[in-house]
Amino acid sequence: MDFSSFLLMRHEIILLAITLLLLVAEVSIANNKKNSIVHLAIFLFGIHTIVGFLKMDYGDLFGGMFHTNELIKFFKSVLNIGVLILLLQSGDWIEEKILHQQRGTEFFMLLFSSLLGMYFMISAGDFLMFYLGLELSTLPVAALAAYDITKRISSESGIKLILSAALASGVSLFGISILYATTGSIYFIEISEIITSNNLTILGFVLFFAGLGFKISLVPFHFWTADVYEGAPISIAAYLSVISKGAAVFILMILLFTVLKPLMAIWENIIYVIAIITMFIGNLFALRQQNMKRFLAFSSIAQAGFILLGMITGNQLGIATVVYFVLIYVFSNLAAFGVVQAISLQTGKENMKDYEGLYRTNPNLSLVMMLALFSLAGIPPVAGFFGKFFLFTAAASKGYYLLVFLAVVNVTISLYYYLLVVRAMFLRKNENAIPYFKSKIYMKLGLLITAVGILVIGLYSPLYNYIHELSKSFLN
Amino acid sequence: MIEGITIYEILTLTTIIFFIGVYGFLTRTNLISMLISVELILNASVVNFVIINKYLYPDVLQGVFFSIFIIAVAAAETALAISIIINLYRQISSVEVKDTEIMKY
Repeated sequence: MDFSSFLLMRHEIILLAITLLLLVAEVSIANNKKNSIVHLAIFLFGIHTIVGFLKMDYGDLFGGMFHTNELIKFFKSVLNIGVLILLLQSGDWIEEKILHQQRGTEFFMLLFSSLLGMYFMISAGDFLMFYLGLELSTLPVAALAAYDITKRISSESGIKLILSAALASGVSLFGISILYATTGSIYFIEISEIITSNNLTILGFVLFFAGLGFKISLVPFHFWTADVYEGAPISIAAYLSVISKGAAVFILMILLFTVLKPLMAIWENIIYVIAIITMFIGNLFALRQQNMKRFLAFSSIAQAGFILLGMITGNQLGIATVVYFVLIYVFSNLAAFGVVQAISLQTGKENMKDYEGLYRTNPNLSLVMMLALFSLAGIPPVAGFFGKFFLFTAAASKGYYLLVFLAVVNVTISLYYYLLVVRAMFLRKNENAIPYFKSKIYMKLGLLITAVGILVIGLYSPLYNYIHELSKSFLN
Repeated sequence: MIEGITIYEILTLTTIIFFIGVYGFLTRTNLISMLISVELILNASVVNFVIINKYLYPDVLQGVFFSIFIIAVAAAETALAISIIINLYRQISSVEVKDTEIMKY
């Protein structure tokens, strides 16, 4: 092993360098010029995103603790794009609300540390690296959720997130220790050779699953979601619902399909039941929400239920469809959160009632929101339809017809509440509608990228073929 | 290895500690006590790792290393949670769970 093999960790090294560079910039830039840090961070991260697409080698590091392959690299790029859009959308918020408190740089540093944790988590080759990545990705987000220190609601969401996350990771650790007891190793490769289905292994698996289910906010572990999303700054809510959830979905899928494959008879049933209750509870609770952030929180719980449909298959088709769906979900959910953020930044309004008559005053924002909601609901011309369609195909190819039927029922329910927002924006008249406002250039760019993504990804079929090719290499 | 004590007794102990932690987390009404309960859960896993390593797989020290990392991360976790609790206390002058429920349903 020579130093060039460290280049396998290129994503991680560049991101760490950016984080440290921002620390230097924080010290060396004068107080009245702090807003240049926002531009610097977005610029550096943009470069990092582009560099992430370049060709690189694949392999193992540190005796198998860290490994990369094409699909992992692609998924890291998906996360990068998501975070870049998020930074563009939250740049104005930081400039206006946070910079005068002298706390602008911390936001980027915590966000990037959390992303670094996700990189390590999804390229983990053993449970130790996985656990460290999980914690590194969770703890900074808890600090960010409590970031608005002047607001009580933000502190509350922070404490709710950190306590639930600590409990979840503790339970998951106990599960890992039981898996270690039965197999004698913490390396994924060795475990997958030894593991057999017995009572102790199943207990360990269930405890372990609970920890990751918390990150994805599957239903028995979803209670933190709505409260944290409502209280946290909107960009952090978007981060939790898109990036954090996407990374956790990816690593859970990889673990289930490779390491825990011998337990498939067990986890199939678990996922079957959890998918159904997650979809139903997420959708039914979303029906009665008035606050847009809570609304999107329950909608993201329901989306997690749909993702499980692809996960239940346990084959290559499942990997491809889930990654494709997460890619689309990144764009559609970030678009929805972006519009909520733009409106909240200008007017401070977050309720569905305030959106009435929005189309007359802010047609562009309403159109982006409509595209995002159509994509989340899965209406044909936009990308979300194809994502859901492929997920359902994957589940149906294994013969889970009842599950697919229930999922379709849930799509119908979700269509109702997504259209409630569209109706409020387009059909309702309102004397005190939100007045016309102009967003700044970053926000416009962020919303434009998401809108283009929603329209293009579904129609550009080579992308799905590409993901399908990549997923071939994964299962050997 | 401790003379006269088998792995069953120690694993029973750690399992009891684990469930005391879970029970405490669900029933305590004070944020600090909830944090202590989480520590119990984490410590149960730490002891588990060390014991399993020592009794079952003494050749490779994977479990011991794992437990060291858990201790470090648990400390970071507690520090962050305490700092958020302090920030909350500045605003509502309370660390009771029942005072942190302005967001519901």
